Amino acid sequence: MSRPASSARRRFLGQSAGVALLLGVQASGAIAALADNGAQEPAAGDFVPNAFIRIGTDGRVTLVSKQPEIGQGIKTSLPMVLAEELEVDWKSVRVVQGDLNPIYGSQGAGGSTSTPTNYDNFHRLGATARTMLVRAAAQTWNVPVAECRAADGAVVHGASGRKLGYGALVRTASALPVPDAKEVVPKDPATYRLLGTRVGGVDNALVVSGQPLFGIDTHLPGMLYATYVKCPVPGGRPVEANLDAIKRMPGVKAAFLVEGTENLNGLRPGVAIVADSTWNAFRARKNLKVTWDEGEGARHSWAGFLAAAQAASGQPGAAVMRKDGDVDAALAGAARTVEANYVYPFISHASMEPQNCTAWFKPLEGTLELWAPTQNPGAGQALVSTTFNIPKDKILLHITRSGGGFGRRLSSDFIVEAAAIAQKVKAPVKLTWMREDDLQHDHFRAGGFHFLRGGVDEQGKVVAWHDHFVTFANRIEKKESDGGSASVLQPGSGGNLSGDEFPGRWLANCLIEQTPLECRIPMGPWRAPGSNVFAWVFHSFIDELAHAAGRDPLAFRLDLLGDKDLVAGTGERGVPYNVGRMRNVLKAVAEKSGWGQRKFARGQGAGIAFHFSHRGYVAEVAEVTVSKEGRLRVDRVVVVADIGAQIVNLSGAENQVQGSVIDGLSTLMYPALDIDKGRIVQSNFHDYALLRMPDTPSKIETHFLKTDYPVTGLGEPVFPPLAPAVCNAIFAATGKRVRELPLAKADLSWS
Amino acid sequence: MSKYTLNVNGKARAVDVEADTPLLWALRDTLGLVGTKYGCGIGACGACTVHVDGQPARACQLPVSSIGKRRITTIEGLDARAMHPLQQAWTELDVPQCGYCQAGQIMTACALLKQHPKPTDAQIDDAMAGNLCRCATYVRIRAGIHRAADIAATGAKGKA
Repeated sequence: MSRPASSARRRFLGQSAGVALLLGVQASGAIAALADNGAQEPAAGDFVPNAFIRIGTDGRVTLVSKQPEIGQGIKTSLPMVLAEELEVDWKSVRVVQGDLNPIYGSQGAGGSTSTPTNYDNFHRLGATARTMLVRAAAQTWNVPVAECRAADGAVVHGASGRKLGYGALVRTASALPVPDAKEVVPKDPATYRLLGTRVGGVDNALVVSGQPLFGIDTHLPGMLYATYVKCPVPGGRPVEANLDAIKRMPGVKAAFLVEGTENLNGLRPGVAIVADSTWNAFRARKNLKVTWDEGEGARHSWAGFLAAAQAASGQPGAAVMRKDGDVDAALAGAARTVEANYVYPFISHASMEPQNCTAWFKPLEGTLELWAPTQNPGAGQALVSTTFNIPKDKILLHITRSGGGFGRRLSSDFIVEAAAIAQKVKAPVKLTWMREDDLQHDHFRAGGFHFLRGGVDEQGKVVAWHDHFVTFANRIEKKESDGGSASVLQPGSGGNLSGDEFPGRWLANCLIEQTPLECRIPMGPWRAPGSNVFAWVFHSFIDELAHAAGRDPLAFRLDLLGDKDLVAGTGERGVPYNVGRMRNVLKAVAEKSGWGQRKFARGQGAGIAFHFSHRGYVAEVAEVTVSKEGRLRVDRVVVVADIGAQIVNLSGAENQVQGSVIDGLSTLMYPALDIDKGRIVQSNFHDYALLRMPDTPSKIETHFLKTDYPVTGLGEPVFPPLAPAVCNAIFAATGKRVRELPLAKADLSWS
Repeated sequence: MSKYTLNVNGKARAVDVEADTPLLWALRDTLGLVGTKYGCGIGACGACTVHVDGQPARACQLPVSSIGKRRITTIEGLDARAMHPLQQAWTELDVPQCGYCQAGQIMTACALLKQHPKPTDAQIDDAMAGNLCRCATYVRIRAGIHRAADIAATGAKGKA
């Protein structure tokens, strides 16, 4: 990274100014952090209209993927947008992964935001390059621009039939100024030839042939291998360890304590073992003996949390998230009331690729180079910078492909650990977490408890809704306006229930309360945070109310949604809810699934649910068979999703839908973490089960409702409605209501 | 450390490692064959599936010292041009999401197809139950196995 900028680089940076403005970012400050990576270097003489597009004199097109690829398909789909606007054959395009670099704008892949935050810009970026190529051709032929058009990697002059490939236009186009945004016209969607078709992942050939791709595949000359052992109780720290004995183990090069910080989601204290191979590090670790100061977390257990939650449920909530009308009076006047408690456990992300990071600290230059399978490279760089006081421009981060994300790699603990170890050894070092580390030292999806009461009137309409949500939190120091700080309990990611959560804004009498339990367990975003459990709880309870009212679950929901088109969000940051879009997907899923048109035998049934999250409107119907012995089989799932005006890559989109449905089913059925003396009890896939091939539903049907709304993401919104749809189907089949996860604990047998 | 000569993808490969080193880490760290993936280290996820004398095996459970002259095939050695019917089918149907488990899935599926050239769904469920896919691409893995069976039967090339 100390390499001077090449002439191509200087030109690239100079010409990128217009793009920087387009993206609303500054292109300054990170020059030193540009990749020292041959694949990323534009060759001298390339046409480089912006940071994402390069066209060689041979006509070859290279597109840069700025977002981390974690299995969501963004490395294929965003470059497709550029290729569509560029009018190039997708087969002639090469896609390379960009490093962390401010020139690309925000590079975090979380919250299903990669598509909505980049889609329009990418159209403009591609159209800008096309406009320049067309102008270059017009200039070459000395004809009006309006008489020229781009097609198949070339510009054609309609009147004369002349044609110039992009490669031949590179020199002329490179000399042109980047056109003003107003002069650039993106394509009419009716003329799309690539978007909306099925395109295979750009790395598929490497995946199926086992070529190096992932963070864990990183290899550098002279590289060492590390393992890092943390206190089983988060917040604990090592007092002493048998480091001398460890250093005598085969292949071990170093062993040392790392002091770490108080931040449960940052650099936790621990013991590092560095060896000449992964296995030599892992083997040495088996002999490691550490005296831990376990800290306060050791007094916590799941049984204790459950008792605390039950005690809290008899008291008013610590916070009122929403209070409309008078719930007690409405319940007293209701024709029928239902009370129910819903419980779900802590779970781990369990991405297939365990957390890992390769780090190379160069003391003379004061630089740190990182290779990280991360969803959130900017946050990783920032955490390393603040933890070790290294300026951001001295931290170069290469984004590798990630073997699954699901929110886990929005955290940067594994990056900061690798950085800590690299500073102690005079070589590049790859830190690989054992699966046991990955499962037990996750930033977990928090468990939760919901104490619900609801009522319906004689007409079968909901007249009262009360949820007391007991959630999990950690204590943080919050800065106050007077300069002091206060200790507050902050719920974990997804552990904060908005008063706007459906049906929060729809009812005259609604009380939503929340009480946090301090847990000293690190928590973090897990695919569709909050939504991944709230949809299950609320759509299961809505189903309970529908059955109490003796009404059809679909009609009951349509009635509950009402006839407004839009329900505004509460407060300045409230998110509006487009009721019309939800009604449409709900009606469509009923129609596509044949809701209410079939008689199911005993032990079979259908369930329905919908949820709005991550800008997507999704409704799902599940059909299940429950054997007399209580074995569940999901026979069919029908999904209708409205994620806006355009499906970018139909193959990728359907893959996300199928994956979300099965992940939703897996998470419903199997995983649960127990907590004892502050530690996670489960340790690996033998006691932390996930769904496998035999439980895969036979039929998953995907329907996208194309609307006029902005194009949005699909990594998350299909997940939430699956669990309630299945549980509501189980009720229809057996009369048994599932109120505790995982389902594997429930007895679904019937006679 | 001891020297072992392993027969990997048809070639004799020397590795100088401790006797208890699992084949997985000898492949990845010593031989640079990183297509075989670490997922759990206890033989529970299938990401490290290789073939030993043509039979699927978990490389994380095989100490190098136990292998002897047995033939190891990894994903890199499945087909010289990476055009095995399963690789063609996986590409044609766009099976992978993150892709991390797919080498193990393909190696397990390959052994299934040798035993059952036209497997039923039940046979697929049975054979593939040891391989986790956290992205849950099971629908396409199943379809990919059926497609590979067709490709193998007709000798047709995938549309890749």
